[in-house]
Amino acid sequence: MIQPMNLEQLQRTMAAAVMLPLTADELMQPTNSAGRPMTEVAAEFIQPNSRLTAFDRLEIYNRQYWFRLQSAFTEDFPALRAVVDPARFESLMNAYLAAHPSRSFTLRNLGSSLHAWLTANPRFAGPRFALAIDVTQVEWACVEAFDNAELTPLSLAAVAALGADSQLGLQPHVQLLALSYPADDFVLQMHQRQKRESSEAGTRTGDSAIHAVKRLRLSKKATWLAIHRADDSLYYKPLTRPEYQTLAALRSGTTLPEALQAGFAGLRIAAPRQVALVQQWFTNWAELGWLCTPLPEPFAS
Amino acid sequence: MAANRFNAFQTHGVGIGLRIPHYDHIFSHKPAVDWFEIISENYMVDGGRPLRMLDRIMDQYKVVQHGVSMYFGSSQAPDREHLRRLKTLVRRTRTPWLSDHLCWGSIDGTYSHDLLPLPYTWEAVEKTAARIRLVQDFLEIPVAVENVSSYAAFTDSQMTEWEFLNEVVERADCGILLDVNNIYVSSVNHDFDPIDYVNAIPAERVAQIHIAGHTRYEKYILDTHDHPVIEPVWQLYARAIERCGPTPTLLEWDDLIPTFDEVWAEARKAERYLKPLETPAEHQLLAGVAL
Repeated sequence: MIQPMNLEQLQRTMAAAVMLPLTADELMQPTNSAGRPMTEVAAEFIQPNSRLTAFDRLEIYNRQYWFRLQSAFTEDFPALRAVVDPARFESLMNAYLAAHPSRSFTLRNLGSSLHAWLTANPRFAGPRFALAIDVTQVEWACVEAFDNAELTPLSLAAVAALGADSQLGLQPHVQLLALSYPADDFVLQMHQRQKRESSEAGTRTGDSAIHAVKRLRLSKKATWLAIHRADDSLYYKPLTRPEYQTLAALRSGTTLPEALQAGFAGLRIAAPRQVALVQQWFTNWAELGWLCTPLPEPFAS
Repeated sequence: MAANRFNAFQTHGVGIGLRIPHYDHIFSHKPAVDWFEIISENYMVDGGRPLRMLDRIMDQYKVVQHGVSMYFGSSQAPDREHLRRLKTLVRRTRTPWLSDHLCWGSIDGTYSHDLLPLPYTWEAVEKTAARIRLVQDFLEIPVAVENVSSYAAFTDSQMTEWEFLNEVVERADCGILLDVNNIYVSSVNHDFDPIDYVNAIPAERVAQIHIAGHTRYEKYILDTHDHPVIEPVWQLYARAIERCGPTPTLLEWDDLIPTFDEVWAEARKAERYLKPLETPAEHQLLAGVAL
């Protein structure tokens, strides 16, 4: 006789079944990862009714789980889908979601590990791996820039009044990217297309996106980029390499002099020119409201 | 009866769920909606457009929070970050009460993002009630739990769903968000009479009512919130209002979302049933129907 499970055991058993990857036909698998028939697993804790077996009833939840996660993931990465092609994207998505199920109360964070995972699993990206990696970074940066915090910005005068060893913070919504391709325009195009299509028909990014990417001929070119938010809209701002390096150093928590040193590291730029650039950058960053006091937890990253 | 301690003695009328495709219409036409229900998790963020839009809505409308991932029935402790963010939002919205579901959905830190059914056992009663109490104490506002649609029943269950709900809310001393569409969906999926459910709930604990549409398949019904409310669900709603009195009522429409005017017209059908009862004796009589 089977002993009843306590609540925690039952929930762990059901979660394992619900999160079991679907078959190619989007049905529940006949056996679990241990090779046990799912008919047996389901019958252990689910009652059948006159129309549905225990397996059928569990399968409803299994399918809903995957459809919900797939829908959220696809919505966040339309450009990646177009780059790797839809069929490959399905495999990539399912493998990623199996490896990284949601660990957050919100689906907003579903793609947080995608860049690291795809870097470690290049076969899922196919022949355009480097571009796929860049596009993944840009799309995740958009998620972060959309609703990360905006703290009280520092004015240029406030920055100028800081001591020599001061630290500066960067607004949490400002996302810094170093890319191999100028992928930003393409991602922007795909996101605008997705927005248009979903508002018109409530559908996923369609075939037109796939045709657009087939025509895409991007050449490798080192690209530094900031994605940030202003008046609730996202903007992509190209950066120079020293500008990017300085901002990245500031974000990592270095002092101002250390950040500037990191910014010009490996570059032969004359001192007067460096001074002029730094003045120009800080004026610009302060106008954009990017600078703030060093971030308290949990914003620091 | 409808304005009670579980909805902070508010007398909200008919509202609809706040959905992004309707923002433009709401801001440009300022429709006379009594209140909006927001999905808490959509606004538990640090900044940006979601919070800006919410603030604009709150300038003109009453807002009540409804959550989808507190998982009162999960066997493990609530996520502290979730609670912290939820309390921050509660302070921002000043929601008079807050609701979430009588279900579970996460285990060992992994989230299903689904409203998974509970076994109707005494262990689940105790653990769920304890968790509701904890959340209610932490948030310092009334909490109402919503009955969910379900597609599976458990071999270990020791009572009916409504008996389970009643035991939980009694032990937690919390309110009920009565979803009459969910009752209908589950009644078909589990072969019970939905009116038995409505007649059994403690009317004095009902803080709010949900109405919605669903999708019927050959062998079961799925709670999809993508259709108008069907007549049998309106009948359950009518019975619930008979028992509870005029109660804050909310139409949910989450998929294949039509125009604002269509959603609002569907919600306003509830007004047919919301005429206040005439005398205290009528209230008592109807409340006494509870088994």
